[in-house]
Amino acid sequence: MAASRATKLPEILAKSEINILQDWLNEQLAALSLRKDLLSESDLRRESAEFLSLLIKAAGAGKLTDITAQEWAAARDFLAGLSRSRATQGFTPTETAVFVFSLKQPLFAAVREAVGEDAAALADELWTATVLLDKLGLFTGETFQQSREEIIKRQQLEMLELSTPIIKIWEGILALPLIGTLDSARTQIVMESLLQAIVDTGSAIAILDITGVPAVDTLVAQHLLKTVSAARLMGAECVVSGVRPQIAQTMVHLGVAFGDVVTKASLADALAYAFKKAGLAVTRKQARD
Amino acid sequence: MDRIPILKMGPFLLATIQVDMHDRLAMALQDDLTTRVVKDRARGVLIDISSLEMVDSFIGRMLANVAAMTRVLGAETVVVGMRPAVAITIVELGLSLANVRTALNVDKGMEVLLSQSETPAEEDGHGHPQG
Amino acid sequence: MDILRGETLELRTSQDIVRVRQTVRAWMVEMQFGLVDQTKMVTAASELARNAIDYGGGGSARLEALADGGRRGLRVLFEDHGPGIPDIELALKDGYTTDEGLGLGLGGSKRLVNEFDIWSVPGEGTRVTVVRWR
Repeated sequence: MAASRATKLPEILAKSEINILQDWLNEQLAALSLRKDLLSESDLRRESAEFLSLLIKAAGAGKLTDITAQEWAAARDFLAGLSRSRATQGFTPTETAVFVFSLKQPLFAAVREAVGEDAAALADELWTATVLLDKLGLFTGETFQQSREEIIKRQQLEMLELSTPIIKIWEGILALPLIGTLDSARTQIVMESLLQAIVDTGSAIAILDITGVPAVDTLVAQHLLKTVSAARLMGAECVVSGVRPQIAQTMVHLGVAFGDVVTKASLADALAYAFKKAGLAVTRKQARD
Repeated sequence: MDRIPILKMGPFLLATIQVDMHDRLAMALQDDLTTRVVKDRARGVLIDISSLEMVDSFIGRMLANVAAMTRVLGAETVVVGMRPAVAITIVELGLSLANVRTALNVDKGMEVLLSQSETPAEEDGHGHPQG
Repeated sequence: MDILRGETLELRTSQDIVRVRQTVRAWMVEMQFGLVDQTKMVTAASELARNAIDYGGGGSARLEALADGGRRGLRVLFEDHGPGIPDIELALKDGYTTDEGLGLGLGGSKRLVNEFDIWSVPGEGTRVTVVRWR
């Protein structure tokens, strides 16, 4: 996409930086009139000044419209960070993209002033400016999207942690009732929490109760087994309870071997086993006559 | 070269690994433990790895070697305090450490060694001490 | 994708293996990786650094902090000019586990990272690149 003449855009940007910045801020503040609750004017000024200076530096380095080039790394990094913080604060994608797109008007004004009467040159420069800002704007949109997805994922995991409590049944005995469908990510998180709880409480026995789990696929079964192995390495034993006939069938069918992991049909059986292992006994008090 | 200190605790030996061990240090520990088991006629070894942030195949092999060697020399080895992240990684890496006994901490490791030390004549059929 | 930072470490002695572990750990802490991720990567790095020294006659480890859109990653390239691996497929198989002391442990290291790439030509050397994303 070589221009028929060398673009003067880098020069124009550098020369008119201060005017462009002021115009740009005015544009943004007009558009942002509804979001002053999330972003202060001084923060916006600081961000705009920083981005503009990164933009000018990258533009001056040579590869003007190829924003994937190394020269644009710092500018891209800034926009990615901006997207992330906007996403975290709850801005919409449009409100975020406005940051870049609202730079068009001020830039066009600066170009018109610099190039003036030369219509052909004006058209070329405006086109180059548009292409550049469109690319940067789209990049911002994409990174915003990615950040939002990351945030949603993280919130989901946090919710999962809260919904899977680890219970200290007795001194040295933990119970983890798993409820609902288990997916790979959730199982991993839950298992890591269990292992940490084993350390924190000094419990040598942990009961994993899967009564409330309708189905177990190979991946989840593997995670469970890996957790049992990891617990063993730490010096604790895991007992899996609530293994229903259907699940047992699925596992045999899938060729997953539970090996020497102790499994019990019910949580009660698992608890009895755990007490025995811990050297504890439950006795009935004599009834008084 | 610094060597990892080994403490004598009654009939047992305790080695606490607190540094990021380079290979030679690990080998030295292996040698020292087996030497001391003989010299002190120890009946058990506790290796405390609660400070280790990482166990790779080299260190894993060293632990397995110590367990195997001391067993031949009449002493049981218990590795204690493995961190969750380390345990998860070892499982993923594929290190089996099947013949290495483990416990949550030094206290529990001692319990294991003490219960091991009962001679068979004093146990009932299930390994429980009599009398 | 951008490389935000890079550093090359020499691999000659067993002390260098420790240095690689500590440097990878430090970078990952700064990049805010989770603890389990850190431990997996540091362990893989230890294995691969040891390979380069024990089987490759020494070499280098190059760390690079990556930025790809919104996500961050750590890439480490282990390079040696040693005898190379004649059968990579075999080396990656679990039968070649570190457990039996057959060395390499490449299969295990592969499971500890998100991206794993290996190039090896007998007589020329070996390059293993691993990446973990946050």
